[in-house]
Amino acid sequence: MSAKEYRTASSARGGLLTVADVPNIAFGDRVHIRDQQGNTRNGQVIRSANDEVLIQVFEGTAELDLESTWVRFLDEPVEIALSPEILGRIFNGLGEPRDYRPPIVSNLRRSISAAAFNPAARTYPREFIQTGVSTIDGLNSLVRGQKLPIFSASGLPHNRLAAQIVRQAKLPDDDSRFSVVFAAMGVSYADARFFEEEFASSGVLGNVVMFVNMADDPPVERLTLPRMALTAAEYLAFDLDRHVLVVMTDMTHYAEALREVATAKGDVPARKGYPGYLYSDLAEIYERSGRIKDRHGSITLVPVLSMPSDDITHPIPDLTGYITEGQIVLSRELHNQGIYPPVHISPSLSRLMKDGIGKDFTREDHPHVSNQLYALYARALETRNLASIIGADELSARDRRYLEFADAFEQRFVQQGEDEDRSIDETLNLAWDLLSTFPPQALTRVNETEIAKYHRQSA
Amino acid sequence: MTQEKKKGTIQEINGPIVTIRLPGVQNGEQVRIGSLGLYGEVISLEGDEALAQIYESTEMVRPGEPVEGLGHPLSVELGPGLIGGIFDGVQRPLEAMFLKAGDQIPRGLSPLPLDREKLWHFVPSDNLEPNMPIINCARLGVVQETETVEHRIIVPPDIEGELIELAPEGDYNLEETIAQVRDRHGQVHHLKLYHRWPVRKPRPYESRDNGIEPLITGQRILDTFFPLLKGSKCAVPGPFGAGKTVVQHQVARWANADIVIYVGCGERGNELVDVLDSFPKLKDPYTGRPLMDRTLLIANTSNMPVVAREASIYVGITIAEYYRDQGYDVVMLADSTSRWAEALREVSGRLGQMPVEEGYPAYLASRLAAFYERAGRVETMDCGKGSVTLIGAVSPPGGDFSEPVTSHTKEIIQTFWALSKELADARHYPAIDWVDSFSADVGTAAEWWHENIDRGWEKRRAQALAMLARDAELSRIVNLVGPEALSSAQRWVLEGAALVKDGVLQQSALDPVDTFSSPEKQFMLLDLVLTVYDEGAALIELGVPVQELSEMPVLARLRRCKELYDSSQVDQLKAFRDEALSDFKAIHSEYAQRGEQTA
Ligand SMILES: Nc1ncnc2c1ncn2[C@@H]1O[C@H](COP(=O)(O)OP(=O)(O)OP(=O)(O)O)[C@@H](O)[C@H]1O
Ligand SMILES: [Mg+2]
Repeated sequence: MSAKEYRTASSARGGLLTVADVPNIAFGDRVHIRDQQGNTRNGQVIRSANDEVLIQVFEGTAELDLESTWVRFLDEPVEIALSPEILGRIFNGLGEPRDYRPPIVSNLRRSISAAAFNPAARTYPREFIQTGVSTIDGLNSLVRGQKLPIFSASGLPHNRLAAQIVRQAKLPDDDSRFSVVFAAMGVSYADARFFEEEFASSGVLGNVVMFVNMADDPPVERLTLPRMALTAAEYLAFDLDRHVLVVMTDMTHYAEALREVATAKGDVPARKGYPGYLYSDLAEIYERSGRIKDRHGSITLVPVLSMPSDDITHPIPDLTGYITEGQIVLSRELHNQGIYPPVHISPSLSRLMKDGIGKDFTREDHPHVSNQLYALYARALETRNLASIIGADELSARDRRYLEFADAFEQRFVQQGEDEDRSIDETLNLAWDLLSTFPPQALTRVNETEIAKYHRQSA
Repeated sequence: MTQEKKKGTIQEINGPIVTIRLPGVQNGEQVRIGSLGLYGEVISLEGDEALAQIYESTEMVRPGEPVEGLGHPLSVELGPGLIGGIFDGVQRPLEAMFLKAGDQIPRGLSPLPLDREKLWHFVPSDNLEPNMPIINCARLGVVQETETVEHRIIVPPDIEGELIELAPEGDYNLEETIAQVRDRHGQVHHLKLYHRWPVRKPRPYESRDNGIEPLITGQRILDTFFPLLKGSKCAVPGPFGAGKTVVQHQVARWANADIVIYVGCGERGNELVDVLDSFPKLKDPYTGRPLMDRTLLIANTSNMPVVAREASIYVGITIAEYYRDQGYDVVMLADSTSRWAEALREVSGRLGQMPVEEGYPAYLASRLAAFYERAGRVETMDCGKGSVTLIGAVSPPGGDFSEPVTSHTKEIIQTFWALSKELADARHYPAIDWVDSFSADVGTAAEWWHENIDRGWEKRRAQALAMLARDAELSRIVNLVGPEALSSAQRWVLEGAALVKDGVLQQSALDPVDTFSSPEKQFMLLDLVLTVYDEGAALIELGVPVQELSEMPVLARLRRCKELYDSSQVDQLKAFRDEALSDFKAIHSEYAQRGEQTA
């Protein structure tokens, strides 16, 4: 470590500090800044010229007095210390303990900005994970190694759904080693507490690594936090052969922090003030999930984000959807009707479902049943719309059946208890209960064999 | 390179943009920077200083570290060994890197794109003899690259003169000389099985030709409704999850092209793995060979450095032109051109260039146009014919087609396959919107269909589109005043349009039978559905209630036909049509009788 300290700070503005007369500092170098009170702040070099560097200060530049600021370059990238001891611990966005226990001591330190996985090293994820939630398992199945975000909005029960997934997620007939990495950015104390208690009460706490940045912690730490968490996840998955479920909440706070820093740096904005590189930046995070050839572990990523003003076309959900392998979208309308989990299936999607379900994975009728439910529900929503205009009484008998289906689908299939852990068989049988309210010839997405076997009128 | 390498130092690092001091360096020249030797390219010059964009992460690189100019622009290696491979955005071989360096892509590593050890069996052209004049792109001989692809070894486009010597048939590695050519300055060129070509310079051709036949993709909505000619250019815009990648994968699988180049530009790693896993197991419907035998992948996934993303589509198109020059029909798919444009935007932003719309630089439109212009059907320099068909996915923010990349692209292309969120949400796949999509080449395609499949193609196509338009109109009325307002004939139009959607337009990529639909099957299904509609319409004239027609069991079966009969079972479809016709006839005679009784 270079012990050289400089007192040549020449400007401090919006979280950025310029230091002059410093020789050849590495781009991305970590920095310690000592302010006039003697407190240490953390930073990173984001531009480096011959004799001048620009530093992003994680704790912000507020109240920095240029005269009395000491800057020390550590000559190392932002790193995290790794050992099996990280399980059961709580860290902040810089990887420092926040559970009043000693820091991790280990020879193994890794830079948190890992090089990209070689696509040739990946294997395609295809193992179905049963979450016990019908709208996910039946219609938007999650597979091991997938990145599947929850698109939510303020006041919706995304945390409860995420916790339910953590509690119930399992592979049928498999009890291999399982860990959770929890990354919280800009969350409230209540939310952080909620998750801590959840992990404790479900007995997984010893298998969880938590990275927490509260709403009143420095926003800039939110930029390193998910990278800390994923570096830990990669260690657990690919060094220790564990199947890791990473839950990250709330990615919107992450993106907002990124915008704040980008604006301060003067980066050209694209949409809504977010920098043009938001896509690549999010992709660097999300693409760290997956499965790797000849490695036993896996990283399954469930990021949670809130859609500003419930708008799915806002850059944050929009760019996320362009990167992730599907999305689970929560609806305020269903929530207001008291339906939990309020999963709106129409805009929800799991892209990796196709290879993880069906005959050898779940059940042979699963792909078709899922399609059929989607098609019927889409038609049913149109009918409901029509009914709201012309009145339900004006509908034909055929249309009324769709209307009834929409209600039954929401009340029985979507709606379930927070502790209700439905097996995939239960989910599919429930689906057939609903499909059987239609005559077989109205069901053209399922095939004739499946109808003969599962349709209640045929069976 | 014979010349002395230029040496210099790093001045400043700003993410992927590095200021270097390197006297004599040229614009576009390749450089290696820092002690790791990271690769990059000079993008602007100012006195002794130059700006370079670096293809790899510059983390922990310092000012003062060395820089080296390589004396040539970004180029690709063109020769046998390309097909079946996967390369990154600057043509580094990813399989080889995985074997050598493990799961993650290390920095500063640059194995040669093509294998130097492998021996290829070269068969010289028998019309060539020493002392003959030889033009550029002339065919020196062939190498069987894969079982499907005969690789034609051609003289590089910038060399011509007199053939001094041509190697006899035999096994050669890439570095062995297979021909010597003396140019008009007397310089002797030792030609090998491969040559290099700068990616930003289009390869020359003799002349441009019009497209004459459609690319058959086996997808009904594409081939029948919005045809794309070989050598044409096409965009596939759509919001996330609407099906751009699936459309492109389907084209890569089933198109009747000789060579398929798939560029994953700023998209998901797993989507490339999907291709790598599935293509070797799938059979080319035309040759029966594994699909990977004609396919090549370029991968710059979304998490890889963005500067290499900008390069990746040029690497792809240059390789495409190279196979075109051998006389092949090449399809290049780029998923997604928006990510390429964003890479452009990011670099221009770092350079402090003035943004014009949504942060994009003013030259976005011209760069896009120049890129798409590299597609085309041409007469090659040695008088053959070849084509490059270009299909670019576009990912508009918020699904808004008025944004810069989509709107500029739309002005350039011939065929537009617009994906719709509404259709995708209802799981109507492919979610290609028949209102927003277009093809400027229906006329030319019609000639092909009429000659090879059926004279009724254009009429049937138009009838179906008109019915869909009518359906949209009538549905609006229903949504205002309810279904009671419609006449029987109008309600039958709704039923007919539903049949077109379910029985013809919808085609699941996942259905083993229907994933590919031959032109014969495509037309047969369309004709079948419209015949049923026409028959029904005639019955309605006779006073048969719509209700009765809608409940005919034959309609439910009609919707399943596409999945029940594969492309080789067109006869069964014909038999089904006869059956359907007799069902209608039965109703007809029933009503005709009744009519007589009441008369
Ligand atoms: N023709 C089709 N048949 C069956 N399923 C399809 C088809 N087209 C799309 N899908 C479904 O839609 C999903 C999303 O499609 P795709 O990945 O191609 O979207 P995209 O437009 O490329 O999205 P993004 O911009 O985020 O990459 C697929 O995973 C698949 O489940
Ligand atoms: Mg895609």
